[in-house]
Amino acid sequence: MDMTNLDKHISSQFNEELERLRTMFLTMGGIVEEQLSNAIKAAVDSDSKLAHEVMAAGVKVNTLEKRIDAECNRIIVRRQPTAGDLRLMHVILKAVSDLERVGDEAERIAAVAMDTFSGTQQTNLLSSLESMGRHVLTVLHDTLDAFSRMDSETAATIHLEDKKIDREYESVMRLLMTYMMEDPRSIPKVLNVVWAARSLERIGDRCQNITEFVIFLVKGIDVRHTDFKQVHEEARGNKQKGLEG
Amino acid sequence: MTKILTPSGRAPGNTTDSSEPVRAGSQQEGINAMTEAMTELDEQLNIDNETIKLTVDDLRLYYGNDQALKGIDMKIPEKRVTAFIGPSGCGKSTLLRCFNRMNDLVDICRIEGTIRMDGDDIYAPKVDVAELRRQVGMVFQKPNPFPKTIYENVAYGLRLQGVNDKRTLDQVVEDSLRGAALWDEVKDRLHDNAFGLSGGQQQRLVIARAIAIEPEVLLLDEPASALDPISTLKIEELINSLKEKYTIVIVTHNMQQAARVSDYTAFMYIGELIEFGPTNEMFTNPKEKQTNDYITGRFG
Repeated sequence: MDMTNLDKHISSQFNEELERLRTMFLTMGGIVEEQLSNAIKAAVDSDSKLAHEVMAAGVKVNTLEKRIDAECNRIIVRRQPTAGDLRLMHVILKAVSDLERVGDEAERIAAVAMDTFSGTQQTNLLSSLESMGRHVLTVLHDTLDAFSRMDSETAATIHLEDKKIDREYESVMRLLMTYMMEDPRSIPKVLNVVWAARSLERIGDRCQNITEFVIFLVKGIDVRHTDFKQVHEEARGNKQKGLEG
Repeated sequence: MTKILTPSGRAPGNTTDSSEPVRAGSQQEGINAMTEAMTELDEQLNIDNETIKLTVDDLRLYYGNDQALKGIDMKIPEKRVTAFIGPSGCGKSTLLRCFNRMNDLVDICRIEGTIRMDGDDIYAPKVDVAELRRQVGMVFQKPNPFPKTIYENVAYGLRLQGVNDKRTLDQVVEDSLRGAALWDEVKDRLHDNAFGLSGGQQQRLVIARAIAIEPEVLLLDEPASALDPISTLKIEELINSLKEKYTIVIVTHNMQQAARVSDYTAFMYIGELIEFGPTNEMFTNPKEKQTNDYITGRFG
């Protein structure tokens, strides 16, 4: 069960391969995180140059996704991983596609920013996203940290954050709706911001998925589609059991 | 102006330190590491880029009237691990034994075609078979140490060659045992009888004996099939380290083992070479249906 033992195989090659895989995954996470950070900044500051950078980084993310899949494939064939190693393969294969989607959403946010630069009064609208954006970015950051430390307890804590993000999303939507009601001519522009908010909310969901994978990786328990409280208890409670055993 | 969190590059490394998030270095370092990782992956094996150690041309082998090998053409790359897989009786061990002319010992065996090592025909009349077998060492399924001390087992080949200088022997014995990843386990009992070792240790001793005379090629005939899983992994790890110095050919009926240890894999069936290629490709996307059926367990 101890997932800190990735480098203790008799086969030194296997150790290197797992370490390399982890590096690739975390590198991809770093790039996606930067994408999101830049996308939010680009939207809030109306920085089209930065928005273009977000788009450009997408290519790197896509390449890495394919590489990571290929590497998992290779390790499964050549090393026949079992137990924690097998869960690592399973989790990376799944988390990588969530991560790639996070990158896509970031690009969508950047695209919205680019779209609205021509108009006036966009800054107000877009800055309504800022606080939510910062929260989502923190969640992504912590999710990747929990993965890199294989820390299921932190993962369970972050898991709860998605609820908060959903509430923030609702209040952003209410705010945007008032704009639309005040001035129907602003609807097309406000809708753009709605899409960006929606993207942020989706990123929260993706992060939540990844935290579930971290718990599965460390504890071997599948906590998907169970209620929050239970997730939390499983991640903590079982840790104690694990320590006793 | 708004302040947005900046991302941090997460570098690999310490997974155990729970007090601080693992964030060594900058984003750039992470990307450098990635580039490095990708370069390694890009290094696709291709037989055309290899130095060829052994070349088999239209090899036909008969035991009496039975044809065991039906015209094999194959190239064995230098300093790589090549695995032969296939069902029992497919000729993989027979082919392996051709490389150091072990089949010469079988009276009814007749061979046509050629095998060249570094370009020279090993079946040419002028070839000194004893010298060939020094260059092409062999390890069998069951460990076969001599009923002597650990030290004498390893020194045996050199003594045969007339080397008796104690310092030279000591050095070679230590180097060989280290090379076979056995030194640390036996250094304090070098003069104990080799039969006191475990099966896995005996097999590594036999490998040490084989590399003591500095062969160029090592033939391994199911070297781990009589061993427990941990000893097997140790032998496999040893094979991986030995390929820096030697060309290794391994026969195994354990496909997973072939996948773990080899760079190239040859699939044989009833005396024919069905498919030969980089192990990754053989096990992920084989070209031939017969190979596919065999490695997926559909062989009828």
